[in-house]
Formats: sequence, C-alpha cells, structure tokens
Amino acid sequence: MEGIMSHENDLNLKATELRLGLPGTDEPTSKNNKRAANELVEDSELLKGKSDAKAGDIETAPASKSQIVGWPPVRSYRKNVVQPKKTEAETGNYVKVSMDGAPYLRKIDLKIYKGYQELLKALENMFKLTIGEYSEREGYKGSEYAPAYEDKDGDLMLVGDVPWDMFISTCKRLRIMRGSEATA
Amino acid sequence: MAQSFPEDVLVHVFSFLNCDKDRNAVSLVCKSWYDIERSSRRRIFIGNCYAVSPEILIRRFPDVRAVELKGKPHFADFNLVPEGWGGYVYPWVVSMARAYPWLEEIKLKRMVVTDESLELISKSFKNFKVLVLLSCEGFTTDGLAYIAANCRNLRELDLGESEVEDLSGHWLSHFPDNCTSLVSLNISCLVSEVSFSALERLVARSPNLKTLRLNRAVPLEKLPNLLYCAPQLVELGTGVYFAEIQSDIFSNLAEAFLGCKQLKGLSGFWDVVPAYLPAMYSVCSRITSLNLSYATAQNPDLVHFVSQCSNLQRLWVLDYIEDTGLEALAASCKDLQELRVFPSDPYDAEGNVTLTEQGLVAVSEGCPKLQSVLYFCRQMSNAALVTIARNRPNMIRFRLCIIEPRAPDYLTLEPLDTGFGAIVENCKELRRLSMSGLLTDRVFEYIGTHAKKLEMLSIAFAGNSDLGLHHVLSGCESLRKLEIRDCPFGDKALLANATKLETMRSLWMSSCSVSFGACKLLGQKMPRLNVEVINERGPPDSGPESCPVEKLYVYRTIAGPRVDMPGFVWTMDEHVSSRLSRATE
Repeated sequence: MEGIMSHENDLNLKATELRLGLPGTDEPTSKNNKRAANELVEDSELLKGKSDAKAGDIETAPASKSQIVGWPPVRSYRKNVVQPKKTEAETGNYVKVSMDGAPYLRKIDLKIYKGYQELLKALENMFKLTIGEYSEREGYKGSEYAPAYEDKDGDLMLVGDVPWDMFISTCKRLRIMRGSEATA
Repeated sequence: MAQSFPEDVLVHVFSFLNCDKDRNAVSLVCKSWYDIERSSRRRIFIGNCYAVSPEILIRRFPDVRAVELKGKPHFADFNLVPEGWGGYVYPWVVSMARAYPWLEEIKLKRMVVTDESLELISKSFKNFKVLVLLSCEGFTTDGLAYIAANCRNLRELDLGESEVEDLSGHWLSHFPDNCTSLVSLNISCLVSEVSFSALERLVARSPNLKTLRLNRAVPLEKLPNLLYCAPQLVELGTGVYFAEIQSDIFSNLAEAFLGCKQLKGLSGFWDVVPAYLPAMYSVCSRITSLNLSYATAQNPDLVHFVSQCSNLQRLWVLDYIEDTGLEALAASCKDLQELRVFPSDPYDAEGNVTLTEQGLVAVSEGCPKLQSVLYFCRQMSNAALVTIARNRPNMIRFRLCIIEPRAPDYLTLEPLDTGFGAIVENCKELRRLSMSGLLTDRVFEYIGTHAKKLEMLSIAFAGNSDLGLHHVLSGCESLRKLEIRDCPFGDKALLANATKLETMRSLWMSSCSVSFGACKLLGQKMPRLNVEVINERGPPDSGPESCPVEKLYVYRTIAGPRVDMPGFVWTMDEHVSSRLSRATE
C-alpha cells in the first residue's frame, strides 16, 4: 500500500496514510519508489483476485496468485474432498510416548515444541516426573528417568544428542526409561 | 383416410420404438398416429426444465411412467450461476402427483429439490421405483427418510454428487424390514455416518442389489461384512479406504473380494492406504470401470494397481498417475475407452506432479478404442494435439483444460489453433469439445468448417472478435449447447445468428461483451427464445444500452418467460423496458 500512496503525493494522502514507523519519521523516498513498481503490480493482482473470486473459491492458495471464479473448472466437491497430500507444515508430527511401567501410552505432537527444553518440560508434566539435566558426558543426571527415542533405523537413542531439527525428523517414538536400564 | 391397422396393432408396433427421435417422427405422420403415440409414450426426457411446462407435458402425454429433467446450465458446476437462479422441481412434482399416479421413475440433474418435494414424491406414486438426483441441492437427510420409509418398491436411490444437508445418518434406518427390492444405492455424497447394522441388514435383504456406493464414513474394516452380504455386486463404491496396517484387516478384505465374482466397477477410495490396494487384486482383471479420482495414492502403488486391470474401459484418476503411469496404462489397458485425469492441486501454478501432454499422447497411441477424454494439465503443444488427433480419429468427447488461462504452445509460444483444428478435422464424429489455452479466431474458423457433428462446445478465455462466435454459430450444424466465458464476443455475431439459437437447447455467455441493448433486441425479435440477463450488480438498464451484461442465458422454449426468476435475472421480451422502469419507480 505504501507504494501506491507514494505515487499519489499530489493528493496529499501522505498526511493520512497508514504506515509502519513512528509518526514524524519519513522513509527514504528513493527506496520507496524502487519498491513501488513491484508493489503496485502485486497489489493490483491481489485486488483483481479479490474482486473476481467469491468466498467459496478462495482456497489456501498463495496470496500472489489471483483466483478466477470457476477456474480451473473443477467441481467444488472435488476441491474439498481431495486434499492434496498435506505437507509436513500442516499436519502434526505425532509420536507415541511410552513410559516403563505405565499401563498405556501417550501421544504428543513434536511440531509444537521449539526445542528440547520445552519437550522435556512437557514430558515431565505429562508423566508427573523429573527428568534431570542433560549433559553430553553423562546423559541425564539427577533422576531415575531418561528420555530415549527410537529413530528411523529402529535404534534406541538418548534424547538430546543431536540438533533439535534432526531429532524431530528422525524420531519415530519416545520412551521414558526408568531405573537401572536408564543409566549406562 | 381409412385406418389400415387397428389401434392395438399400432400401439404394439410403437412399443418397439424407444428412442425419442423415432417417436417424434412417428407423431408427425398423421393425427391418429400422433394420438396413439402420445398416449403410449412412457418415458420423457426434458433437457431444459424451462423449455416446457408441467401443464404442456401432461396435456400431450397423459400416461408417463418415467421423467428425466435437467435444470441449471452446465457452468453452474463451476459456481458461475448464482445461488437462487432457479431449477425448482417442486412445481413438476405437484403436477405429476395429480396426473401420473403410476409414475415410477424421476431422474433429475442440477435441480433444486426440497424435502417437501421428496415427501410428496414418496406419498404420491404408489409404484415408485427409481430416484436419481445428480448434482442436485436443496434437500436434507430428512427428505431421504421419507423416500426410504414410503417407497415400498424402491429399486434405485442414487444421490449422485448432490449437495445434501446432512442432519444425521438415521434416515437409512427408515427402510422397512420388508423392503427387499433395492438394485442400486449410491450414498457416496453423504457425510454423516449411517447406522452400520441398518446398512448391513438392508444389503443382506436385497438379493438384487447390483450397485452399492458407500460414503466416506463407512470404515474399511467393515467393508468385508457388506461384501459377504452382497457377493453379487457389479459396482462397488468403497467407503474410506484407510485403516491402520494390520494383517487381519488385509486378509479379511482380500478374502471378501475373492467372493465378488461379478464385480466390474470400483470407486470410492478416500484417504487410500496403498498397502490395502493389493487386497483387490483378485477382482482387477474383471474390472471395466475404475474411479480413483479421490485416491491420493502415488506411483508406483497407483500405476501398479491400475495396470492389473487389463480389461479396463473407463478410468478416472488424479494427476498423481503422471506421464509414466499413463504410459504403463497405454501398454496394459488396450480396451480403454474413457480417460479422465483430474488435478490434485488445481490452484498451484506449477504443480508438483510430472503430468504433461506426453501422458495423453501415449494413451492416444496405445489405446485404439479411446474416444472420451477429460484432461487437466499444465502444458500443451500443437504437435501433441495433432498427434493425438491423427492417432484417434474415433474421438467423440475431447475436453482439455490447461490450467493457466491463455497458455500458448509451450514449445513454440504460438496459439493452439492448429492443434485444436487438427482435432476437429480428424475426429469427424466429435460430439463434445472443451478448449483452453491461447486461441484466436482462427480456431473457431476450423471448428465451423469441420465440426459438423459437434453438439456441445465449451469456450473460455479465447478468441479475438465476433468473427470467432460467428464461425461457430454459422458452421456447426449439430450444435445444441454452447457455453462461453471471458471471451471478446459481442452483439454482432449473436444478432446475425439469432435464428440459429432456436435450433439449439441453450447458449450461455458470461463475462463477454454482449450489450444490454443487444439482449433486448434479441428478446424482442425472437419470441420463442427466453433471453435472460443475469446481473448481480444491479439492473441492466442502470447504465447505457451499450453496457455489457454480466451473464446471458438464452434458450428455446414453448413455455414463455419463466415466473420464478430471482431479482438478479431479467427476461428480455417486449415488456422488458416497461418492467424495468416500473422496478425503479
């Protein structure tokens, strides 16, 4: 919107325009103008898309693609029923969590945690236990529990050794180990 | 003129005439043949419900047993016809309830059906047997309960791809225990779970059941139960084809399919788990019709399954089949007649599957009986179209949708005129054509010159001028339905070919350049046409006469202007000007 506004200086819209930044500050106009052309094109396509498309036709399409009513000519029940294979970004990454001695398993969505700290805290809450501090040298000290996971190869691994992103892509299930088994 | 045959003999002779064309011809011979024919005609097909009225129908044909009606124009499928446009079946049901107490069959397409209509149907026709609702809307599962409960001899209930307000699955339990006549049941469009035990009992007591299309809510684990109740099934639509992978579920499924020796058609496959596809291998070689258009399986599982079906005649599939899959199809399914490839992700400009013109070319080469094609893809070339046309002169239906509007030949960047021209020139029996991509007036010249058997043509984002439309209207002798959107066609071609429109069922034009003035003129000059202007943004006379109308629907009729139009539809006849000015007072 800023791009369009800067072309309409003669209407003195600057005084009323909405923009980011503190009042009284001005962004360098040259930078504005350079962006203006691109933004104008994008904006007009967006506007065209909005005026053409009806509510029912706007799918979760990327904003840069304008949608035309009834095009492509696919019936609406086909659009709704056939969800393209959901990307990892949309579905959760649910894994089973077992705890030695517990009667049933739980499931958690690894997607919602940003790192090991959050995950371990959640496990502590879920199973009402303390897991202890991780160290590369000694694993989890200070408690009788150690969080382990089964990776893509089926091996039982200690949680925390690999970077978080690698962990969530290779972790197939979690197991909270207990007692003598847990300590090396 | 002396009657040479007694009436009974003529009735008997006419009873061998089933096709409407023949019966219509016979009616024209003389008055007595007209009278005998009309009293003995039992089946009626009305392609446009507004072309005739219930009263006219009943007056001419006093004893009808089967009626088929179509309502909204085809482009309603793509949301181009606004809500509330029309196509109500209720007035028909009311009239027929009085006049045809022995009516057995009602088949509707793109009509608005209310629960009230369904209740009236269920109570008015004592021998009602067949209800087919394709792409209809306006009713709920409560309406279905009336049909289930009251139609003692129901043979067929097919909900097609209708939009049903799904209040609950309880309606199915309304089929009485003594209802054993079902031959065909299609509930695939419903969302709610029906009582499985009620369904199982219904299937078990229907020894003549040949077609069963379940809805998504029926779990895969329970499918074997139904198959054991109905091993005589010819067409099966599965419910969801998803379950946790367990060997006992697989073996139950495989064993149940083993018993289905008559199975020829398969559909359903929502959320398909490829590991369960091999459970059907025992039936694959008998399958002639396969609808995988909801199956999100990918290659190699997908192509492996399809290739097992060596006797396949019809395949509907998603573009996950890709070019490689279509090449395999071309090698293994030599009886293929119809192919439809739907886009898995229609709004993605790039697409993430490798489905190009190559796949279609391969099938056109390998499948000598291929005559019906619906193909969504993202690139096309004139060369490919020419090859397809030369390979398959027996093509009857050819519908190509290149996803990007006005996309040129991706190799030469030229319009696709030559390619589509080759199609109409080589495929002399072509009855239906839908085009896309970059097209100039020239392609319409080819169509007008060659497409003499063409009955239905769909055009979008094509052409340069009125000349394009003129070529089509003046050249296509067999044209019945023409639907156009977003083309620069205006008044001249339309008005110059006004009389042509009386030989067609209908013409649809939206987002074109037809002016309000031209519509008025057409309506005034052609009393046997209904010229309807659809303007949602306001009355068409709010601007100058030269202003283009938003949408135009023209159809021939003997029933006069319709009386059930919503506020955004205006009919152009000699009274239109006074009606419009009154409306603004």
